[in-house]
Amino acid sequence: MSATIHPSLAPAKDVAVAARLGRSRSRSDVIARTLSLLATAIGLVFLISILVTLFFKGFNAMNLSVFTEVTRPPGSNGGLLNAIVGSVIQVALGTAIGTPIGMLVGTYLAEYARGSKFGGVVRFVSDILLSAPSILIGLFVYSLLVLPFGGFSGWAGVAALAIIIIPIVVRTTEDMLSLIPNTLREAVIGLGSPKWKMIVLVCWRSAISGIITGVLLGIARIAGETAPLLFTSLGNNAWSTDLTQPMPSLPITIYSYAGSPFQDWIELAWAGALVITLAVLGLNIAARSLFSGKK
Amino acid sequence: MGAKAATARRANIGDPIFELACRAAGLGVLLLLGGIIVSLFMGGLPAFQKFGIEFLWSTEWDPVTEVFGAGVSIYGTVITAVLAILLAVPVAFGIAFTLTELAPNWLRRPVGTAVELLAAVPSIIYGMWGFFLIAPLMSQYVQPTLIDSLGEVPGIGFLFQGPPFGTGIFTAALILAIMILPFIAATMRDVFEQVPPVFKESAYGLGCTTWEVMKGVVLPYTRVSVAGGIMLGLGRALGETMAVTFVIGNANRITTTLFGPGNTIASVVALEFGESEAGSLKLSALLALGFILFVISFIVLAASRYLLRSRLKG
Repeated sequence: MSATIHPSLAPAKDVAVAARLGRSRSRSDVIARTLSLLATAIGLVFLISILVTLFFKGFNAMNLSVFTEVTRPPGSNGGLLNAIVGSVIQVALGTAIGTPIGMLVGTYLAEYARGSKFGGVVRFVSDILLSAPSILIGLFVYSLLVLPFGGFSGWAGVAALAIIIIPIVVRTTEDMLSLIPNTLREAVIGLGSPKWKMIVLVCWRSAISGIITGVLLGIARIAGETAPLLFTSLGNNAWSTDLTQPMPSLPITIYSYAGSPFQDWIELAWAGALVITLAVLGLNIAARSLFSGKK
Repeated sequence: MGAKAATARRANIGDPIFELACRAAGLGVLLLLGGIIVSLFMGGLPAFQKFGIEFLWSTEWDPVTEVFGAGVSIYGTVITAVLAILLAVPVAFGIAFTLTELAPNWLRRPVGTAVELLAAVPSIIYGMWGFFLIAPLMSQYVQPTLIDSLGEVPGIGFLFQGPPFGTGIFTAALILAIMILPFIAATMRDVFEQVPPVFKESAYGLGCTTWEVMKGVVLPYTRVSVAGGIMLGLGRALGETMAVTFVIGNANRITTTLFGPGNTIASVVALEFGESEAGSLKLSALLALGFILFVISFIVLAASRYLLRSRLKG
């Protein structure tokens, strides 16, 4: 306000007030900026601290037997081979089951249900599932597949992971499909193509890099899931690739080893934690670079 | 002519089939949510029938006499999540402010990616990190300092008393805050970026400082979506399991001090599940807890989506 009065015309008192106001305004600006930069630094410090802790503790415990030996009782130089294989199997099958379903739902939302009420409900429910506590999905699969069939099984773990990945794929598929210009769709339909061919051959193909990104992010998410597997595939200390039996997985093994009183088990847990974090962060970075490269 | 029409008809068989498949998958998602609600409710029914509405606030949890109540774990769930929000929101706002207004362009992408990677770290890793690194730091440095400095302050002192175990409500809330930080920060950044530049330019043209533009233009314009982002973080914090299980101390009692041990719905379910047999009242009580957690997070997440709807449309 006072700035509009030319200093030479204003009484000296007003100039002093204006100068004081200006100083206090720029002071609060500097304080806000400094605090914000500090907040960003804090966020980065947490990330760096987690990574440094993991590398420090994980590399100490890392050796070849982590990848070549199965889990053994404490003090007998076991590894994590069965847990890693179990995780890979369950995550791969969960992704293989969840991805097509998620893509179909996303396609329905983007291509068939624009503006429809039913579509709105599906979108809402899918978004709720996206953020719903994963432990509840574990409990659900427990009552659906474990209780009636008389035992924990690899398939139950697969089902839980598939349910978790579905809403992730739904979201990216719908987002990517809605980026495609309608003129492209009209051109394909104008050539006499049925709608499903338009979707599969043109829309999906244009959106594929975005959808792959979403699937990779989904794999990264389910690879680290622990809580739902507690109630479904349970874990197994022996070598097991039988999906009808309890199945070991890396997060569950880390969980039970990290909470154990045995030093060599705790070290193995850190080695496993390093493996899983590198895999998950690697997938994330790969997904991001794939997407930004193709965009 | 007839052959051509037949070809056209055959080609079009694909359309209804494909649409049906898509629609069925959409319906499947609805059934999934319905199934979760029904299975948790039916599973928890024996416990609800046995203990009635008192289940919600009873603080008993005794597997020997088979008396169960959700009071302590509901309290723990809400208090850790709310504390986590109080800790995370200012930091998330600072990050979003930095990423949209302060940082030079070349720095925005790497810093933004780093913050998002924080969201990708599995929760079990947070649990181990919290248990082996943060909890000792808390018990040796942070908690003694807070007890000495704030423990005697009238009014709030009772929050900062008791022995510094390292684990407990406060540590759990801190770890949760770090875990939900990226979600809130990313939402805030996205909505801040959607403020039309001409609004901000007008404010700058009047001589506003960067902070005044944030406070007077960007925040008022985006406050509904910002609230939605905070609710999203709250929803995540309520259901977080593994990290909390590691650091909360796992005791079924309500303490007034923030440094005391406690539990949350998710941590109780994860820990006690292994010791409950199929068909037992305890398992039913755990499923009932799951149902309560579902209702709480459903309300919070639905509110978050409602608040964020303008952003979703945009």
